[in-house]
Amino acid sequence: MSKPYYDPSDLRKFGEITEWSEELGKKFFDYYGSVFEEGALSAREKSLIALAVAHVVKCPYCIDAYTKDGLERGITKEEMMEAVHAGAAIESGATLVHGVQMMNKYKKLSM
Amino acid sequence: MSTKSLSARNNELSNPQKQLEYLSEGLFADGELPTFKHKLEKEDDFPLQPKPLEILQINLGYMCNQVCSHCHVDAGPDRKEIMTVETMQHCLEAIKKTGAHTLDLTGGAPEMNPNFRWFVEEASKAGIKDFIVRSNLTIIVANKKYYDLPEFFKKHNVHVVSSLPFYKREKTDKQRGEGVFDKSIQALQMLNAVGYGKEGSGLKLDLVYNPSGAFLPKDQDAMESDFKTALKEDFDIDFNSLFAITNLPISRFLEYLIASENYEDYMYELVNAYNPAAVQNVMCRNTLSVSWDGWLYDCDFNQMLELKVNSSVKHISNYDEDAIQNRNIIISQHCYGCTAGAGSSCQGTVA
Repeated sequence: MSKPYYDPSDLRKFGEITEWSEELGKKFFDYYGSVFEEGALSAREKSLIALAVAHVVKCPYCIDAYTKDGLERGITKEEMMEAVHAGAAIESGATLVHGVQMMNKYKKLSM
Repeated sequence: MSTKSLSARNNELSNPQKQLEYLSEGLFADGELPTFKHKLEKEDDFPLQPKPLEILQINLGYMCNQVCSHCHVDAGPDRKEIMTVETMQHCLEAIKKTGAHTLDLTGGAPEMNPNFRWFVEEASKAGIKDFIVRSNLTIIVANKKYYDLPEFFKKHNVHVVSSLPFYKREKTDKQRGEGVFDKSIQALQMLNAVGYGKEGSGLKLDLVYNPSGAFLPKDQDAMESDFKTALKEDFDIDFNSLFAITNLPISRFLEYLIASENYEDYMYELVNAYNPAAVQNVMCRNTLSVSWDGWLYDCDFNQMLELKVNSSVKHISNYDEDAIQNRNIIISQHCYGCTAGAGSSCQGTVA
């Protein structure tokens, strides 16, 4: 059997990207850490946003990470699923709003 | 969820030696993760030694009316190990001599010990001012004979510390058994009714939150505020503080981690979250654990792993605090559970 492209245990090694580019890696992780601190938005709210985005960008590592983060913060499964829908709605909206472009082109080309 | 203890199921993990082997093999044997000893050595914290003794934690027996899936005691109705009056008398002798200011009674369900009330009264006469009883709540409504427990607690100004894994029914029942949430709510209301958790009453009611799965507790304060809002809005319940406690990878929780294939990830998470600051205040440094049969342990977890104190005095019947305080604390990989993140103890976070 061939090896899968994604290995769940690779998430643990995320920090290792710094080894091959120390300055950029460090800057990224510092930034990442700061983003998720309590701020104008709570860490809890940011966790749900991250979960929604994780689904939209279809990152399996991020989905694992932010499902667990949500559990750790006591976020309920109903809240998590609503966040996924919020992401999905924007994503499908982004597709559908192009329907206007299709309609415009259709009208322009039609007599 | 199983309704029997590992012990009653003759599960291999009911043998503490097997648990310790499991915790030393695999990831830790092949060097993928550092052992707890190695971590302590790196920070110059090895060997771990006690600080002045503050809390005497006495386990009155492994019998319990619940069979929680995460229980590190492997407690349940099928466990018959219960502290005898004779051992209680040894404890009372020790209480008269101890420098500890707090008596912390745990189990199982400590209230199920037939001599529980007598013991609290005698310990009170022996000079204990600060009592903690770790109550699973449902015991208060389990049988008529327990209905007056809130009054009894109040009479002795017992500090009640109660487990409530979540403020929603589903997660609580999944971890602790069908119907546990509703009974817990009813018991909390009974405690509130006699003044527990109410401002100005002086009667302390704290709740214990522990994760219902293979993840760590995060942010005790934020969780406390969520619990307070939800319990007040939904059930008009008041309480004082929330203690977030990490599940240690032993006994039934270890069984769950292995069966659900979460063991490796969980151990990685505990090791990665190692916090040297938490080591300074881990509970084994200010607490001594006494088992139902009088043996002495560094903590309740070591008790379940049958790791008796490394001291010339190992039993409550010949208690000698000076000898006991001059010891090295016994450690293994389960100790990572108390040093992860903000740390974890029977009083919640420590760092």
